[in-house]
Amino acid sequence: MSVLSIINARLIDPATEFDAMGTLTIEKGRIKDFGGETPPEGRIIDAEGRILAPGLIDMRVSTGEPGRESKETLASAGRAAVAGGITSMVVTPDTKPVLDQISLVEYVKRRGKQKSLVRVYISGALTHALNGQNMTELGLMSQAGAILFSNGKTPISDTLLMRRLLSYSSTFNALIANRPIDPSLSKDACAHESDLSARLGLIGAPSTAERIMAERDVALAELTGGRLLIDLISSAETVDVVKRAKSRDLDVACSVSINHLALNEIDIGDYRTFAKLDPPLRSEQDRLALLDAVNSGCIDVIVSDHDPRPAGEKRLPFQDAASGAVGLEILLAAGLTQVADGGLDLMAFLKAVTCNPADLLGLKSGRLAHGMKADLVMIDPHLPWVCQSEDLRSRSKNTPFDGRRFTGRAVMTFVGGERVFG
Amino acid sequence: MASPKDYTVEYPFSKRHCLTISDFHRMDIEALLALGDYYQGLQNQRITSAPILRGKTVVNLFFENSTRTEKSFEVAAKRLGADVISMNVGASSVKKGETLLDTAATLNAMRPDILVVRHGSSGAPALLSQKVSCAVINAGDGMHEHPTQALLDALTLRTTFGGDIGGLRIAICGDILHSRVARSNVQLLNILGCDVRLIGPPTLLPIDADCWGVDVFHDMETGLKGCDVVMMLRLQMERMSGAFVPTKREYFHFYGLDKNKLAFAKKGAKVMHPGPMNRGVEISSQIADDPNISLITQQVETGVAMRMGILHALSDNNKSEKSESENTISEYNNARHYETAGRLKPSNTLGEA
Repeated sequence: MSVLSIINARLIDPATEFDAMGTLTIEKGRIKDFGGETPPEGRIIDAEGRILAPGLIDMRVSTGEPGRESKETLASAGRAAVAGGITSMVVTPDTKPVLDQISLVEYVKRRGKQKSLVRVYISGALTHALNGQNMTELGLMSQAGAILFSNGKTPISDTLLMRRLLSYSSTFNALIANRPIDPSLSKDACAHESDLSARLGLIGAPSTAERIMAERDVALAELTGGRLLIDLISSAETVDVVKRAKSRDLDVACSVSINHLALNEIDIGDYRTFAKLDPPLRSEQDRLALLDAVNSGCIDVIVSDHDPRPAGEKRLPFQDAASGAVGLEILLAAGLTQVADGGLDLMAFLKAVTCNPADLLGLKSGRLAHGMKADLVMIDPHLPWVCQSEDLRSRSKNTPFDGRRFTGRAVMTFVGGERVFG
Repeated sequence: MASPKDYTVEYPFSKRHCLTISDFHRMDIEALLALGDYYQGLQNQRITSAPILRGKTVVNLFFENSTRTEKSFEVAAKRLGADVISMNVGASSVKKGETLLDTAATLNAMRPDILVVRHGSSGAPALLSQKVSCAVINAGDGMHEHPTQALLDALTLRTTFGGDIGGLRIAICGDILHSRVARSNVQLLNILGCDVRLIGPPTLLPIDADCWGVDVFHDMETGLKGCDVVMMLRLQMERMSGAFVPTKREYFHFYGLDKNKLAFAKKGAKVMHPGPMNRGVEISSQIADDPNISLITQQVETGVAMRMGILHALSDNNKSEKSESENTISEYNNARHYETAGRLKPSNTLGEA
């Protein structure tokens, strides 16, 4: 059996905060050994001092498969993912049909294995057809391989249902993701409620709408003992909610999208619909608070919130345009740029995209360890490049980062010891 | 079969009503079970009439639909020689807007001896009992209690396990949250010294159920470990469409009792169900129809005997005191019981019969 050695690498294992120069050897798709003393053997790749870290795990990726293959397939998303250093992705249930039963969970799992370069994991729907009313077969779907449950882009607004979901799922130890959006406070909103959106004449959603829902869900998690993921927070107020919940030892985690760490409401500028996101981009103070929360470990996970949209859905008046941006190739680069600018701590950033999601989802990956699957990414943290939307590998090209300069990116990606990029 | 004397105690049964298990103490329960056991014995000997209640009136007042409980009480009362009136409340004055207490006053004026009440609201029989001068038996009230079911379950267990059931490990599984049977059984089995467990999905268990003196489990495998008896509860169909439990299929997969899950319990464990069953939802036919495992038919048979016992005890206790005030009644009762202590002894009754 051939062995592959990657020499001269800056090996980083975020879980143990291991950070040293050395060699990593791969045998039979798994990590055989790594460290400063490891002797190179077999085929050799010289990393030339670049970072070798566990491959990224992206907990929130929308594709169009099944149902809307024109905007993204599992295969095209896989190609974009490996180019962005992502080796595992969790796909959202808001496809057509909605992933709300075991047969669909099994179908997408199988398609992912056949068609995608990365490992595809499923997040099952919390309610039938995401109707927000009838609970789905959480137990059976979890046995079929769904590792996360969410209601797609819409929150569970019925408090009693949310209580029962958290309570029912606690037996399977399933992780329940809910979007922190108060539906009535955020009705028709397309921007952050501020003087800027007011001047632009756009209907804004206050940060409070997010905080109220987050507070409600934290209280329900406390009542039921369920595992809660507050999915995609965007404001400083919500960071405080999570901080308080964690200080009381509740089983509550939260995620943030890379867009909200890199951009703020000013990026909407002159009604740029490519910067129309859900949750909306908020103020610079909010962005700084989110960066601090990642550095302090209060925010557990950073996701790409990859949401491919054809140009036709984006080139509309701001109020009518679809929200969302592609992010598989952006996540790592935008994060490394924040690291280079001094906003993010490298180790905290890598934790939030490797071992933290792995721990939340119960995956045996996201670490450098003996015998662990060799899902790895080689990162050049200083490489400057310009993001051109037409060069993106996704089928849809909607990104607010078009023409932006980035510092750092993935240069080589391995899934199960196979070199799939670079 | 054990002799009734084994359980009979020289202690007067002095309760006026049968409303909740918590009204009874161990001695009351022993007295009731002894009477039930006695009538069970008569039934086994094909003696189906014992005219203890001759000339008395038992009114079945069922505000909720019921077949088995109502008929069970009817048969029990008839075998004791009582005149039984079944009120079809659905078609009566309640539909015309009469309140519960007005119905009670009307019925009371007809001077029944025993009122058997089922009502959809918790506590309704207790309210009724304050307004009538006869004995009231709770035949199920809302999500509160169903004491006669618990007593007949205990009697079935005693018959099956040959006497004392203290120390038996009993699992009650399914929709505990909405179950009056579970609430009565938990109390009664605790009084009788059983090791009671509740198993169900968290959405169908009351919050803080572990304060009831039971162990709570959410999966059948660990919950059924070492159980001598598995009591399954009925799951209402409307609770399976995504509100409490996702679907029937998922419920049966995780909580439905089949041979595989029963294998987690003690070898030779018995299965009970208060009926009516949803086959393929909470219990598989393979188990429900296996006479070596299932006690379900025995429960129905014992039900009649146990209800005969309860009717007997209450009628005996409410004899000819109606005209006197509460205070004098109890004094008189006490005095009378000192004189006739042991009167409830089945051997005496047998003599009369």
